[in-house]
Amino acid sequence: MTAQNDQPFRVKGRGALSRAGTIEFTFDGKTYQGLEGDTLASALLANGVHLMGRSFKYHRPRGVLAAGVEEPNALVGISRDKARHTPNVRASVQELYDGLAATSQNRFPSLNFDIGSVNSLMSPFFPAGFYYKTFKWPAKAWDKLYEPFIRRAAGLGDAPTESDPDRYANRYAHCDVLIIGGGAAGLLAAREAAKKKQSVILCDENPQMGGYLLSDSDVEIEGLSGPAWAASVVAELKKLDNVRLLTRTTGFGYFQQNMVGLVESVTDHLSTPPADLPRERMWQVRAKKVVIAQGAIERHMVFPGNDRPGIVLAGAAQTWLNRYGVTVGDRAGVFTACDTAYAAAFDLYEAGTEIAAIIDTRSQVGDDLLAQAKELGIEVFTGAAVAATTGNLRVNGMTVKTATGEEKQFDIDSLIMSAGWTPSLHLYSQSRGKPVWDEASQRFLPGHSPQNCVTIGACNGAQDLATVFAEAAKAVGAKPTKITVKDDVSLAGGVIGTTGPAADKGKAFVDFQNDVTAKDIKLAVREGMHSIEHVKRYTTNGMATDQGKLSNMHGLAIAANMLDKPIPQVGLTTFRAPYTPTTFGSFVAHTRGSLFDPSRHTPIHDWAAENGAAFEPVSLWKRAWYFPQAGEDMHEAVDRECRTVRTTAGVFDASTLGKIEVVGPDAAAFMNIMYTNGWDKLKPGRAKYGIMLREDGFIYDDGVVGKLSDNRFHVTTTTGGAPRVLNHMEDYLQTEFPDMRVWLTSTTEQWATIAVQGPKAREIIKPLVSGADISNEKFPHMSVVECKVCGVPARLFRISFTGELGFEINVPADYGRAVWETVWERAEPLGACAYGTEAMHVMRAEKGYIIVGQDTDGTVTPHDAGLTWAVAKSKPDFVGKRGLQRPDLMADGRRQLVGLKTTDPKTVLEEGAQIVDDPEQPIPMKMLGFVTSSYWSGTLGQSIAMALIEGGADRMGEKLYVPMPDGAIEVEVTGTVFYDPKGEKLHG
Amino acid sequence: MLLIHCPYCQEDRPELEFANAGEAHIVRPKNMDEMSDEDFEAMFFIRDNPKGVNLERWRHAFGCGRFFNAIRNTVSDKFLKVYKAGEPRPSDEEIAELLK
Repeated sequence: MTAQNDQPFRVKGRGALSRAGTIEFTFDGKTYQGLEGDTLASALLANGVHLMGRSFKYHRPRGVLAAGVEEPNALVGISRDKARHTPNVRASVQELYDGLAATSQNRFPSLNFDIGSVNSLMSPFFPAGFYYKTFKWPAKAWDKLYEPFIRRAAGLGDAPTESDPDRYANRYAHCDVLIIGGGAAGLLAAREAAKKKQSVILCDENPQMGGYLLSDSDVEIEGLSGPAWAASVVAELKKLDNVRLLTRTTGFGYFQQNMVGLVESVTDHLSTPPADLPRERMWQVRAKKVVIAQGAIERHMVFPGNDRPGIVLAGAAQTWLNRYGVTVGDRAGVFTACDTAYAAAFDLYEAGTEIAAIIDTRSQVGDDLLAQAKELGIEVFTGAAVAATTGNLRVNGMTVKTATGEEKQFDIDSLIMSAGWTPSLHLYSQSRGKPVWDEASQRFLPGHSPQNCVTIGACNGAQDLATVFAEAAKAVGAKPTKITVKDDVSLAGGVIGTTGPAADKGKAFVDFQNDVTAKDIKLAVREGMHSIEHVKRYTTNGMATDQGKLSNMHGLAIAANMLDKPIPQVGLTTFRAPYTPTTFGSFVAHTRGSLFDPSRHTPIHDWAAENGAAFEPVSLWKRAWYFPQAGEDMHEAVDRECRTVRTTAGVFDASTLGKIEVVGPDAAAFMNIMYTNGWDKLKPGRAKYGIMLREDGFIYDDGVVGKLSDNRFHVTTTTGGAPRVLNHMEDYLQTEFPDMRVWLTSTTEQWATIAVQGPKAREIIKPLVSGADISNEKFPHMSVVECKVCGVPARLFRISFTGELGFEINVPADYGRAVWETVWERAEPLGACAYGTEAMHVMRAEKGYIIVGQDTDGTVTPHDAGLTWAVAKSKPDFVGKRGLQRPDLMADGRRQLVGLKTTDPKTVLEEGAQIVDDPEQPIPMKMLGFVTSSYWSGTLGQSIAMALIEGGADRMGEKLYVPMPDGAIEVEVTGTVFYDPKGEKLHG
Repeated sequence: MLLIHCPYCQEDRPELEFANAGEAHIVRPKNMDEMSDEDFEAMFFIRDNPKGVNLERWRHAFGCGRFFNAIRNTVSDKFLKVYKAGEPRPSDEEIAELLK
């Protein structure tokens, strides 16, 4: 399908775009033509299309209002494909490219006919605070009625249905001066800073630097037109090595210590984005000085019927005409309270648009403006207001109330309006600056800057270019330079709040995107919202995706007027990052998929993967979970692995265990402080199970510690606990015992640890060990020796986490796989298996060995866990010793770790399940405790569990119950050691 | 993101390298066994949460690994001073001076 018309509202001789660059695009499936350099909005306007969206609450037909990022109405979806669909793109910002496909939002079935617009007829029933008033009761209605309703009504646009295939880049940058905003102020500041040899970054959210100079047809600077002057400064800056110019780059967030986040849009304006470019690039800039030159945003007039398509901001109309060569209509009305709209009106007139009349709320207007209007034959009504408009999908008339109270009707197809300019305080406010109310000009202006930051230009309240340039030079420490400016228009004047005698009638919109009217704000005040923060939340004024760029000041003025308070007493809401909506992708950048979080692999990981292991994540580690053989499910594999270890032997990768080397003359003294156990009597070559507490007496970590010599300990920690245990030790060593001569080194990744467990463990490793006698007599349970295994220097432990005869071979990580394979070559022919963490868990539970963090939860003392024997009470001090004396920790009835056996041996309890003594008691039941570990024990032919139960040690043999949705499960309280309670196998 | 000056490295480094370690200048008594429950509670559990000047511990966890002390204004997030572990708590007069 080709375009039917030839851009009827494109004006010859206006704008910077060339007809040679004609391209095609679609809007809601219909094909149109536009020009290269257009925005989607300017291209649609060139085709006479104003209706671009429906409002959020009332589904009112809406046209584009603004030519920049402040646009509240014209939000569209832009699709390249299913995965590349971006909702809520402002048509006024989206650059046109050949083949661009845009769809309107918030309408069904079509933009012209939308069923949801009945909401507008229902509007008397949707007042401010509607949700708070309506969705209160009954509570039952929440799940089925209210929440689904709110969820359906909330949210604009559709999310893409596939994951984002684009790349996003992230860069850090440092500079002397970061200038945000490349309008007249920013350009001059950059030029002056560059002259002083400072490193400069200048960014602007638009594709071109120049700001409002690109929209002004009259101004002349240094003998050049506005756009030509901007281009000349840019050309000059481009030649310099110390200046980086970033266009399409939004300063979205101002953080501490002059760190500013910028997002650069790299490919969203391209028809076919090159594969080697990221879609967006996030810049994190740390600047010695920040210059904010954000400019000002024009406000709309608040009057009844101010939201019909065809009603636009005067400055926007001027931008579309002078930059894009597009007029907003054939016959425009003008409604204003300041001078700038006159310039827009005169420009439109010159471009062939009829001006129906200029309606100015002010009774005093400059003679030169009135004279110029008269010369062009444009009627001006001063002291007048637009009282109403007509037209459904497009404005077609306005009713004017003149100064004398007379009503006049005008046929129009467009209406341009200006209530004056609001300095953009967003980034200044984000820098934690406090805006100050300026009574004379009725504006908030930047006050003191808490960071090394200067605001200049229109965002600082400057209303003419001479002031702008003076501020810009001063901001970068340059002498004021004489810059000739001709035909400048002042930004002064304007109104905030409602306008005209009829403002209370009909819908006078304050916030277009959230459909907040002047009446809503007044209602909120009447209903008791006296702070602007409350008014904002009650009415949702300023809470849409445009963050109230147009509406905040109006809403504030209306509320202040109702309250009869000065504006600063009602307050200004705080501006938050991001300044404009920012993609998640730009924040996430490369940290997604496999780069989202580091994944730690042991030296034996690849062997496990090659041998079919299933893996489970344990903190950042990937651990071999079980090794299924052909046809086995997890349950069968784990049963086989346990059986093989108990009857023959198994080989297990324990490399993830945290390992800390504690070295120094005071090592034993330090260990005495950090662990509950006594370390003085432990002989070199022996190992001990150690418990670490926090100062409050609760178990923090545990592990086996080998004493290699009087001043060297090989400490192991839980897999997930290694970093915090080292931090805990360092804390005490550095800050409480700085005089101790002890050094701590994390050695987790230096050692690969291979556990060989089972009756044949010694037979498997014996021929591989040299330099040590590992007989039962010479190398009993809980021994450690430095020797060689497979010719590699090793630390060999005789320890067991299975209850079987066991060894743990520590070799330097680089030899890990080679030693593992050599061990495996001996183990496999003897009938041993490789086993994973699940079998390890089952076997340790059969022995009642706890896992800190699973069987303890930060409120468990050694006594609670049945580990009183590991606490050396006679030691003068250890961390947690005093904490253990606290009355609550010594009281009766604490939860204690016990074993549980289900009456039906086949029933396996759920971990975390609650335990009660009487399942028939009324709800809420009295919970005695909960299940911490639960497994099927193939070895014992029954399920086993551990649980923390009130007074558990005194409940041996008691029957308790685990209530589940399908009935209570009866259990018997037992000791925690289910297998080989005498430990005969361990010592074999 | 904050830049924090490590008094050991003598460099401004990004916040990501550091870990906050709670309130500063809480001394672990030598004779803990003799502490009353109230004193233990005050020592271990009770913490100030001031609006304004806060004396706190940080660790240059992903740098030199050292613990140090800092005076930070919790309202502005500004670090007024950093100093090594073991150095005395700055006097109130000195802190008042830093705030100026």
